[in-house]
Amino acid sequence: MGKLFAVVMVIITLVSAYFVVEHTWWMPVDISVHGPGVDRQLEETMLGTGILFILSQLLLAAFVFFADKKGPRKIKRFPGGPVPLVLSAVILVGIEILTLTFVGSKVWASIYFTPPDPNSLRVDLQAEQFAFWFRYAGPDGQFGTIHPDKISDGNGNYYGLDPANDVAARDDIVVGSLTIPVDKPILLTMHSKDMIHSFYVPELRIQQDIVPGLDIPIHFTATKTGKFEIVCTQLCGLGHYSMRAFLEVLPQDKFDEWLKTQSQ
Amino acid sequence: MDHEAAPSAVHHHSPPQGFIWKYIFSLDHKVIGKQYYFLSLLAVITGMVLSWLMRLHLAWGTAAIPLLDKLSPNGAPGGVMTPEYYLSLMTLHGTIMVFFVLTTAPQAGFGNYILPIQIGAEDMAFPRLNMLSFWVTFVSFVTLVSSLFVSDGPPISGWTAYAPLSALGSAGGPGLGRGQILWALAIATFCVGSLLGALNFIATTIDLRAKGMTLSRLPLTCWAWFITAILSLLAFAVLLPACVLLILDHIGGTSFFIPAGLVVSDALQPHAGGSPLLWQHLFWFFGHPEVYIAIVPGLGIVSNVLACTCRKPLLSYRVLVGCMIAIAFLSFTVWGHHMFLSGMSPYSGLTFSVPTLFITIPAAIVCLIWLGTVYGAKLRLNTFGLFAIGFISVFLTGGLSGFFLAQPSIDTYLHATYFVVGHFHFVMGVAAIFGMFTGTYFWFPKMFGRMMNETLGKIHFWLTFIGVYCIFMPMHYLGFAGNVRRYAAFTDDYMLPLIPVHKFITVAALTTGAVQLIFIFNLFWSMFRGKLASANPWEATELEWSTPSPPPFDNFGGQHPVVYRPPYEYNVEGATAEFIPQFTPDPVIKA
Repeated sequence: MGKLFAVVMVIITLVSAYFVVEHTWWMPVDISVHGPGVDRQLEETMLGTGILFILSQLLLAAFVFFADKKGPRKIKRFPGGPVPLVLSAVILVGIEILTLTFVGSKVWASIYFTPPDPNSLRVDLQAEQFAFWFRYAGPDGQFGTIHPDKISDGNGNYYGLDPANDVAARDDIVVGSLTIPVDKPILLTMHSKDMIHSFYVPELRIQQDIVPGLDIPIHFTATKTGKFEIVCTQLCGLGHYSMRAFLEVLPQDKFDEWLKTQSQ
Repeated sequence: MDHEAAPSAVHHHSPPQGFIWKYIFSLDHKVIGKQYYFLSLLAVITGMVLSWLMRLHLAWGTAAIPLLDKLSPNGAPGGVMTPEYYLSLMTLHGTIMVFFVLTTAPQAGFGNYILPIQIGAEDMAFPRLNMLSFWVTFVSFVTLVSSLFVSDGPPISGWTAYAPLSALGSAGGPGLGRGQILWALAIATFCVGSLLGALNFIATTIDLRAKGMTLSRLPLTCWAWFITAILSLLAFAVLLPACVLLILDHIGGTSFFIPAGLVVSDALQPHAGGSPLLWQHLFWFFGHPEVYIAIVPGLGIVSNVLACTCRKPLLSYRVLVGCMIAIAFLSFTVWGHHMFLSGMSPYSGLTFSVPTLFITIPAAIVCLIWLGTVYGAKLRLNTFGLFAIGFISVFLTGGLSGFFLAQPSIDTYLHATYFVVGHFHFVMGVAAIFGMFTGTYFWFPKMFGRMMNETLGKIHFWLTFIGVYCIFMPMHYLGFAGNVRRYAAFTDDYMLPLIPVHKFITVAALTTGAVQLIFIFNLFWSMFRGKLASANPWEATELEWSTPSPPPFDNFGGQHPVVYRPPYEYNVEGATAEFIPQFTPDPVIKA
């Protein structure tokens, strides 16, 4: 029975590892400046834990294989007792942890601790039950104030703007998809009008909860043009699965053209 | 630490007469343990059926599921479930499995039955409190399940019930009114039951140990139940008020978790001043220790059973105890790793990441000690032994994927994807369930006086072991591909190609689920038709094997057991017997 266990364990381990090594299902191509850091961190973690996974499962299989013997036999103590095992766990796992923390904290810092470029394009994001609405400041460079009591999906005032009394709000552009220029830093400020939502673009390597009551800034630079999906990853109600929008990354000139048509 | 407890303080309640006092409102820890066990069995079957329905819907979203429209004409018109009904099933699946299975069976079920016998006591310290804990837990289960049948639908906010979705009431959508209140009531009630149980376990372990049962002679199961009871006491004490506040937000007009200015369906909500993150902090301050409440009893059961399977002492008893204590302590310092992306300060991301990674050190040591115990052993691979070794494998697999999620920079990508679903199902779901199977196959003869069928047990093990890898390993791959969890359907372009993987998982889940019928048949058939069990069929060393199977009402037939040695004395050098139970006096070895 123990021999069978060992064989099954080896098969499970190798099959599990095969799909990871082959990248049969893997991350989509990265399109952000900070993304390669995330990818490297993930690949290194994969390598470390992958080796530990294969090693530990195969050791378990081997020990069970050799311990499964019929007939009289002397029990063997593990050579050296528990101390070397404890020490090796502390040292090996400790090194793994320290490395991951040092390298990983730099990646984390590159996303969250570096201030946004002062020349960033500022975009607002208002999330609501089952839609994302993006806002650009318009020619005046100023966002109008949000008035929750004026928010109305019925008349299309997703941000609760008051153009009659608020000059800054008059030229605000509100659209249902995020269009940005390539290679330009973007400062996206997120808020939600009802539930917690989340902004996830796998290609951007960004996922961020949007919490009602908070303004959450995040900044990034896209490096490739194209159209990508933005999905909600925080359970927000019955239509959660259908809550999505598109990210369109355009060359600068195309973007300028797009922005001009929007403000007319 | 080596304080010798006085002979167990006996509480002397006489054997009850009549069916109701014997089997329903019993004060006997053995009956209460079984009541908990069967409640968990009912819960796990319910939870599993819910997961089948979810899996079917995810793989074949437009196919009608027979009889489902009978269960819920609104939730599944024509047998095809609505997105909100999917979320309801998911919410109840998670809640039932976490609370009524993983928290209930390993600790309250086996702990109740075995702990007093293993420490040589006649019963728990507070038998009446013990009965109360069970019945409070039972009421909680009924309350939760009743939410399936309320008019505006069962709750849809997941087992984590994040506010404001869970706090705004029916304004937020179906299931968020009465269904959500019932959920919060059920969980608050469950907290009360668990707190009472925890007090009882702690008092029992400290006060009722038999003569000679010093702390350093406690079987590792008892250590695990003791540590888990302390965790429960501290964790449920936080969830209880959190649930009360949530209920108040619904019916008391308060705004603990709801900030100002929320607009739902074009209506400005009459709330101001609360914080959605407050709920997350309270919930996860409970929620992370909860993971260990589910798994630490498993660590104890597996360690205990592994010594018996390997026929040798554990490589290091003291290290295992130390690691369990370290894991339990660290579990209170890591709750923020569930909230890396919640919008709290990014500095706290690093603060919570470091202890999360550190917790892998004691966990890794536990696994190495087990490996070192299996090395050079003389295995007797009964079904419980197979499940114990299977536990090591799935616990390792689930633990290793935790390395990814412990790092905020990687969590940025993998958070809320199926990678997380695969991770926690392995490390807390499957591992804990394997712990329960180990316990069931090991203690069944003691609990029911009969043997389970070994052939059926082994078939059950093999199909389950392969099955769980087929279900949960591919979920990690889905996570790498960015497949979001908690979706009722996959309509996004990049997720469409992943549907075949979901179909594979669904087939594996249904098959593995069907395999559990073998277990259930074996369980009930053996209860009545199994071979009669001797007092010590596994030649094990703990005190429960000194008494007949099943034990008499007062456990030891009026005797006061005395403990002479540490547990797990198998094949000790120089000993004449292959194993020396804790209750064997031996003048050669110091008592």
